[in-house]
Parts: sequence; C-alpha cells; structure tokens
Amino acid sequence: MDALIKSGSLMDGASGAAVDILILEGKISKLGPRLSAPSSKIPVIDAKGLLVLPGLIDMHCHLRDPGDPEEETIASGTRSAALGGFTSVACMANTHPPIDSPAMVKYVVSKAQKEARVNVLPIGAVTRELKGEALCEMGRMLLEGAVAFSDDGRPILNAEIMRRALEYARQFGVPIISHAEDLDLSADGQMNESRLSTILGLKGIPAQAEEAMVARDLSLAREFGSVHIAHVSTAGSVRLIRRAKEEGVKVTCETCPQYFTLTEEEVEGYNTLAKVNPPLRGEADVAEVVRGLKDGTIDVIATDHAPHREEKKNVEFGRAATGMVGFETALGLVISELVDCGVLPLKRAIEKMTVNPARILNLNKGALKPGLDGDLTIINPKEDYEVDINKFASRSKNSPYHGWKLKGKVVHTIVGGRIMVKDGKLTA
Amino acid sequence: MSKVKGLKSKDLLGLRDLPVDDLNLILDTASSMKEILSRPVPKVPALLGKSICLLFYENSTRTRTSFEAAAKMLSAGTTNVAVAQSSVAKGETLIDTAKNLEAVGHQAFVIRHNMAGAPHLLARNLKASIINAGDGQDEHPSQGLLDIFTMREKKGSLKGKKVVIVGDIAHSRVARSNIWGLNKLGARVSVVGPATLLPKDIEKMGVKASYDLEEEIEDADFINVLRIQLERQGRGLFPSLEEYHELFGLTAKKLARAKKEIMVMHPGPINRGVEISSEVADGPYNVILDQVQNGVAVRMAILFLLLSGRATDEAN
Repeated sequence: MDALIKSGSLMDGASGAAVDILILEGKISKLGPRLSAPSSKIPVIDAKGLLVLPGLIDMHCHLRDPGDPEEETIASGTRSAALGGFTSVACMANTHPPIDSPAMVKYVVSKAQKEARVNVLPIGAVTRELKGEALCEMGRMLLEGAVAFSDDGRPILNAEIMRRALEYARQFGVPIISHAEDLDLSADGQMNESRLSTILGLKGIPAQAEEAMVARDLSLAREFGSVHIAHVSTAGSVRLIRRAKEEGVKVTCETCPQYFTLTEEEVEGYNTLAKVNPPLRGEADVAEVVRGLKDGTIDVIATDHAPHREEKKNVEFGRAATGMVGFETALGLVISELVDCGVLPLKRAIEKMTVNPARILNLNKGALKPGLDGDLTIINPKEDYEVDINKFASRSKNSPYHGWKLKGKVVHTIVGGRIMVKDGKLTA
Repeated sequence: MSKVKGLKSKDLLGLRDLPVDDLNLILDTASSMKEILSRPVPKVPALLGKSICLLFYENSTRTRTSFEAAAKMLSAGTTNVAVAQSSVAKGETLIDTAKNLEAVGHQAFVIRHNMAGAPHLLARNLKASIINAGDGQDEHPSQGLLDIFTMREKKGSLKGKKVVIVGDIAHSRVARSNIWGLNKLGARVSVVGPATLLPKDIEKMGVKASYDLEEEIEDADFINVLRIQLERQGRGLFPSLEEYHELFGLTAKKLARAKKEIMVMHPGPINRGVEISSEVADGPYNVILDQVQNGVAVRMAILFLLLSGRATDEAN
C-alpha cells in the first residue's frame, strides 16, 4: 500500500525536473524533490529517466467473468491490463449472465478483491438481461460499486426506455454509456459498408447504423440526462457530437485505438482479426476521429478489450466473433500513432486515458495530486518494442497488431501503492 | 519430364486475384477440352489417380454436376460431400471437416459455401487445391469463366465489347466474377438493377451503374441476365416481382432496341416471367444451353491446370 517513487519526470513538471512521489496507505501523500520514506520497509522505485503518469484508466473493456474463463478471467484480464499500464478498468455488463443486479455487481467486486491486479470498476447493465425493456436497480448497484451503466454490446432500441434510463441515472450523477447501433440498419452486417464490402461480398454496416442512434441519443440527452457515446467510429458521429457539445448537450464520448490506427482495408483477405463492432471504417472516418481527438470532441481513449478464443476467430468471416483485445497495445498505439506523429501532445493524449475518464466516472483518480488514489503508470516513452501476441498475459490473442513496432513501453505499474508490474514484468 | 504449364496459385478463389495470363490460359485450355468433349469417347486419363472432393454447404445442381462431369472426363475420382447446415451447427468447423477429408486423400476441393471467404479460409489452412464454386456473395469464378468463354467463343476478342449485367448485383457472386474477368480482358461492363440491388460504390469496381435497362441495352454486345431470388421481394429490396419484371425483366420489347446480334446469357436457373420472358429465354439470341456445355469444358481446364501442374511440382 506504500511506495516511494524516486526521480521520475512528470508530463507537466517544470522543464522535466525530476520529482519524487510518496504513496502512503494507497493514496498519493506527497510530491516533491528529495522525499524520503518514513520507514525502511517502504519499497523504493527508481524512476530516473522515466516518465510518471497518473495510472491509466480504461473505461471500456470486457473481462468475460462470469462467462468464459477460457477467453478471459478477472485475473488474466487484469494481468493484461497491468502490463498495458492500466491501473483501473471498467468492465462492461454483457457477461454470461450479465451484470444486471446488485448481486452480480457484488460478485464482480468480490471476485476482483480476490484476484484482480488492478482496480476493477463494474459497469452495470441499464436494463435487465440487456433486453432493453426494464430498468435495472441502478441505485442499489451503485451502492455495491457500479460506476456507470451500459447495455454495451447492444443498443437500447426503445427510445422511451433510453429516456427513462437517462433521467433515472441523472439523479445519481452517473452517465448512461450508449452502444449506438441501429440493429435494423446493421442486421447481418460483417464490415463497414463501402467499396470493399461490395468487392468482398460481405454485407455492409453503413455509418448511418451508428450515426442515426448517436443523433437520437444526443436528442434525448439534450433534455433528459447525460450520455457517454461508446466506441465512436464514424466521421458523422464525431460531427454530431461536436455540434451537440457546442450547443451544451451533456455528452462525452470515447474512441478506441483501432478507430484511429486502422481502416477497413484490414479486412482484406477475410481477416477475422479485423472484425469488430462497430466495424473498422474508411480513411475519411479515421481522419475525422483524429480531428475529434485533437479538438477535444472525443474525451476518452478506451480499449473495448474484447477477448475471443481462437475457435471463434479461425472460422468463416461471417461466423467469426467481433472484437479484439486491446490492453497490451493501447498505450503503444497512442504514443506511436498520435503523439509521435504530432497529432496530440503526450499530455493531451494521456488526459484521455486518465483525468477525463476519471471525471466521467466520478473517480478519485486520474491526476498526480496528494489525496488521490496512488495509481501510477511509469513508462519509457522512447523505448521501442514489437507486439507479440504470444507474450500477451490475456488469455486471448485476437489482436490485429501482431508484429507492429510500437514506441512507449510500460516499465512499472503501481496500483494503490502496490507494485503490480516492475521492469515490464508482472510481480506475481 | 515435359513441363506442364500450370496456374500461378495452387487455388482458384476468384477472378479478382487471377492474373490475366492465367485467365487466358484457362480459356485456351478450355477450348482444347471442348474438343475432347466432342470425341466419341470423351475421356482422357489426364488426372488418373487424382481424387477431388466436392464439398457443398449449399444446394447446387448444375455447378456440382458440371464439376463432377469434368472430373470424370479427366479420369479423376470424386467424392460428394453435401453438408447440411444442421450438421455444421452440431459443431465441426469447416477447417476440421476439410482437413479430415484432405487426410483421406483428396488433392483438391471444390467448395461451395454460403459465407464469403470460406474458400480463402481453406486455402490458407490446407495444402490441397481449393476451387471456389461460389462463396456467399463474393465470387463464382468458374461461372464467370464459362460466361467469358462463351462470349469469346461467339464473338472473339472481348476488348471494347459492351456487356450489360442486369439484376440483383448486390447479392450476386456471378456478377462479381464477371466484372473482374471482363475488366481484365478489356470489355466495358454496365450493371443495371433497382437502386436497392446495386451495392455501394459498385462503380469503383470499374463498371458503369444504371437504372435504365433499355438505354444500356442499345449498344450492348452481350446481356447477362441474373437470376432474381424470389425471397428478395417484400424484404424492402423491391416491392414485387411484377414491378421488377416491368422495369428490369428482359422482354422482346426491350430487346427490340438492341443490336441485332446481341447475345443473351443467363447463369440459370431461370425464373421465367421475372428476370426474363419465356419468349426471350427460348428465343434466337440466347446461348443459355451453350453456357451449360461450356461449363464442363471450363471446369475441366481448371481441374487440369491446378492438378496436373501440381503433379509436375511433386515430380521435381
């Protein structure tokens, strides 16, 4: 619970001066030059030459517990997260069975207490059994530790239910996270509807399947509450959200590394590793997502870490599961594809993985300030590495980034003062 | 050992990735095969001892029997495996099924599957040659080749010739294979159909898209009429078969505006009175039965080039 980090650089530290950080009883106690540990038992980490970030927060992932322990468990998923530099992960409710009751939230929290390497923040379902019909007991689920609500994986098709969900959640000050997809428009869809879907003979998912639902949710949020749009993938969605924000609608949103580093061309050759929902889009979409990241329209970079076993990917494209794992590539992709390319300053990029999700989820995290939780991610932003799916701690290897050369390696991950990753390796 | 000229790839997955030299090689070889078919005993021992598996996940009469006939005339053995969808649901994966059949001793698979990319999946996972006999809405290369073979046989070089493909372009693997192959040979292709059946950015495949059949027909050398699947109507794609016939059905009246020597093709099976009137289907312009006969010759060429070429490799 206690740790002393010596001589690290901070992103906003004056001219990169080295700073020590003392964590006591799981909270950041002090920042300053030449701090000393109050006891010799407190572990000391030498962060000289390294960059100390607030612990990264992933506000969108799938841990598959309960459900399919061969794909992921809270133990394996959080080991993977820790290696990727995440100190907190918010897991979606579409498990089997779903997290749609106070008891199920309690299950995740207690399981996490036993086996998690990082903070696990359960996102409760909005509606029972994710059916989009009857609201879950949000208040009681919050008391058990839920941080937000979402039927992610499925949209809430009934606008009246969505309206009531937004209103009901508003009294607790938590957002509804919207998986924006019109299921009629996306029915049987396999990839982005485009020249390539026409060529490959795969049923396309038009951008409108996402945008029509984003437009509806923005319209509802304008009047009834606050909405967070998950995994924004199209240019039209970015523009709609940008305009709604200008008009004062209470909306935040996220995108994922796959939507600013990959296009639908990855699907060429029926590559099931590139099958994801929403689908990888075209170049103009990627350009607008990047613009949205730059101008602040997109608040958060999340992973949508979605582990699948090989049997669900090494099959016909139409039968393959959607999703890709993301914990162990996200930071490298952000640094290599956004920061190094000059799209975003490092500080702005990291805000989308720390302070911004913390604000949306009302967490006492996301910055390096005394009193906040002692979660730190210490990285070497200059170090290169090659992605090797076989070295993932995740039980699933479904990543399209195998072999990519990325920059920005996680050296130490500290969760509530506990050293979970040291010198790039899990401590236990 | 004499050098047998084979195809560059071990598989025939589509015409999109088929080099134009290989496309011409198949067409030229099919001409020789057609000569064999005209003999009193149309059988040669070219593929004696070879074993071909016909793996069909979708119903098919003409394509399967055509491949089977082609294999027999080249003296290859065939095994028919018709996989009911229910047994797929029971669990064995496509790769496992095919690997088992490969272990039994098949050197080639002719596969039809309702999902686009299924043959590509097998091609990556098996040593055997994979021949795509139709995968979802992707391609049906042997049909495309036999259409092109028939056109070339009747009219010579296709360079600059205009081909109109009319019908459900969005859901048609025959259309896609025709477009790729015809573009490679320098033909001009127009696709015609209701807006709901023309897929996004089809022009980017190098074709003209139109809703006006009569206008497109005027200067066409060939018209390839696609089958309309009856279940498409009423699902929002078009309102009724009657309206479809009115607007896009090939009738003698519409054909009246065409060149005298226009050739009418159809991959079959025909819905008379829907995409084509009986009068036209049975009329003097049509080469539909030639297509069926040419199909055997083209498939003989495909099997011969893929399988005898590989024998050379092994001998070396």
